[in-house]
Amino acid sequence: MENVCSINNLVACLVQSGMNPDLANLLTALGGVVLVATVPLVTVIFLIWIERKVAARVQDRLGPNRVGPFGLLQSVADAVKMITKEDITPQGADKFIYNLAPIIAFASVVLIWAVIPFTPLHIGADLSIGILYFVAVASIGTIKIMIAGWSSNNKYALLGAFRTIAQLLSYEVPLVLSLLVPVMIGGTLGMQEIVRQQGGMWFFFMAPVAAIMFFIANLAETGRAPFDLLEAESEIIAGYNIEYSGFKWGMFMAGEFMHAFTACLLTVVVFFGGWWGPGVEQIPVLGFIYLGLKTAVIYLFALVLRSTVPRVRIDQLMTLNWKWLVPISVANVIVTAFLLQVIKALGLTPQSGDLIAALPQTIILLVGNVLLGVVVFGFIGRVGRAQRAADQAVQIHTDHDDHSPVPAVGD
Amino acid sequence: MLEFNAQSVAFIVFALFSLGGALGVVTTRNLIHATLYLILSLFGAAGFFVLLSAPFLAAVQILVYIGAIAILIVFAVMLTRSMTRLRELYNRQWLLSGVVGVALFLLLMIGVILPVWGINGSHVGKPVSDVVTTTVDLGIALVDQNQYVLPFEVASLLLTAAMIGAIVIARDDRE
Amino acid sequence: MIPLWMYLAVAAGLFCIGTYGVLSRRNAVAVLMSVELMLNAVNINLVAFWRYIEPSNMAGQAFAAFVFVIAAAEASVGLAIIISVYRNRRSVSVEDVDMLKW
Repeated sequence: MENVCSINNLVACLVQSGMNPDLANLLTALGGVVLVATVPLVTVIFLIWIERKVAARVQDRLGPNRVGPFGLLQSVADAVKMITKEDITPQGADKFIYNLAPIIAFASVVLIWAVIPFTPLHIGADLSIGILYFVAVASIGTIKIMIAGWSSNNKYALLGAFRTIAQLLSYEVPLVLSLLVPVMIGGTLGMQEIVRQQGGMWFFFMAPVAAIMFFIANLAETGRAPFDLLEAESEIIAGYNIEYSGFKWGMFMAGEFMHAFTACLLTVVVFFGGWWGPGVEQIPVLGFIYLGLKTAVIYLFALVLRSTVPRVRIDQLMTLNWKWLVPISVANVIVTAFLLQVIKALGLTPQSGDLIAALPQTIILLVGNVLLGVVVFGFIGRVGRAQRAADQAVQIHTDHDDHSPVPAVGD
Repeated sequence: MLEFNAQSVAFIVFALFSLGGALGVVTTRNLIHATLYLILSLFGAAGFFVLLSAPFLAAVQILVYIGAIAILIVFAVMLTRSMTRLRELYNRQWLLSGVVGVALFLLLMIGVILPVWGINGSHVGKPVSDVVTTTVDLGIALVDQNQYVLPFEVASLLLTAAMIGAIVIARDDRE
Repeated sequence: MIPLWMYLAVAAGLFCIGTYGVLSRRNAVAVLMSVELMLNAVNINLVAFWRYIEPSNMAGQAFAAFVFVIAAAEASVGLAIIISVYRNRRSVSVEDVDMLKW
């Protein structure tokens, strides 16, 4: 890792000042952790504000605009309010587990930021198994829900926790399967390497079906609309965090917003080219800006989607996953693997990292994806037509059965 | 014995997690607590895999064991309503099992581990210091026709059979 | 470097604690948890031997991966059986499952 800008120069300074080298390594590593972890913590304040503003504008109102210029300090005011609330623990709750759940909620999201490549030189930890690490940390998130639901000593919290875990575990399958596609195209599990491989062409153009599956599965994993059945106020009130108040609830909420942002960040890193942009090889710091801009676009799309699409029911949720997303993801993996072998046999695998070399592979994979999409839409159309015919048959049946003496008014 | 560097500190921490979690599993009355102790023990094992230069296995341990099996166990504990205060913790043969456990441990340590790989043992060589194999080699080994492709395919069949079997057994046939 | 026998000692300890749990706990789910501990101990052993003796041969890691698969399959089927037994007999104590056919 010669060209990685590392914090190890500080180690040399500390060792020369007489510190034990292992201790110096540990302290600088901790300093690096604090640096990387500060980014999501600062971002989440901004995220809450932008969510409220966008939701408000879609609903033709203004959103927070009193506290600070454009309402920017609203999140700070909310945080202050939350901290000063009374910190209660329900009677009969398991104290240690009850207090552990918000910590895991927050920690399991900040942990993902360790493997995200911000620029060609800056990455928290360049693991060779970056994508697998992301999936593993995402699956730890289910533990917090279980223990939060259980330790609240409240049967509605427990029911909410059951439903949430069913949703999360189900949508992990298309998440992992759709992540297999860029791993196959890039040939590596490491995040920095996957971003480097997108120098010629973004993986979104080579695998649009996988990108869309990944985005939908992420929306369901983070509990964002339209999959926010579990924490919507009109449903099971707050689901598994019904008994939490004050700062603990704040940590759950902040963890959820950060999870949504992290999911969009990962979509950008894996499918939309990460830190690539004009001039980033010469000035690596520009990578931050490109990554931030692309993530902001995807996150704004998710925010507008939240205010636009109606919520899905729990059985529609499960049907969508097991009958549609999982077969499409599996078919996508098979088709992509087959096409990649065909490309390798034809000798069209891009050797150099520029646009022209990546075009043949892109075109072949794009054609494969479009064909898969056409087949899927054909199925959707057929199912939709059958459903509509069944609905109309029921309606005609009830019309003919209506032998009442009084004719219906205004039929 | 152990010099004081970062690796030995990590080893001791992970050993405490694994063994402490295991002791918690077998001694606690509250089954939910037992599941959490099990998760702690599995984290310790994942830490060992990282120390042993097998990062893929560490990630798979967290993903499969903690993310799936531990959640499954929590569901089973909740669905069988036997959770918080178990009436009796051990059955009638707990003393004999304790003796068997301690005897087995002493037999393994004194009879097998320490004579062969211990400090004055016969095979105490230096461990191979740098590992050149990567996750790619594991992937190749699992699909290479001269290596482990047959167990790989049989394992996938086993998982399918287990999935179907579990669904059939746990299905509620009463309605 | 940590000597090999320390890894083996931890694995042996885990295995023996798991044995004690299997043999002495009444609740079937707790027995299954102890079995998972034993499988973990086996995995640690496999990977420790792979690392210290012959890291160029991927047999150690591949074998550990297969143990993961088998542990997952066994845990799911075992828990399904426990849930089914609970529905029929209203008890998850291993001592209550004592008839061959009912």
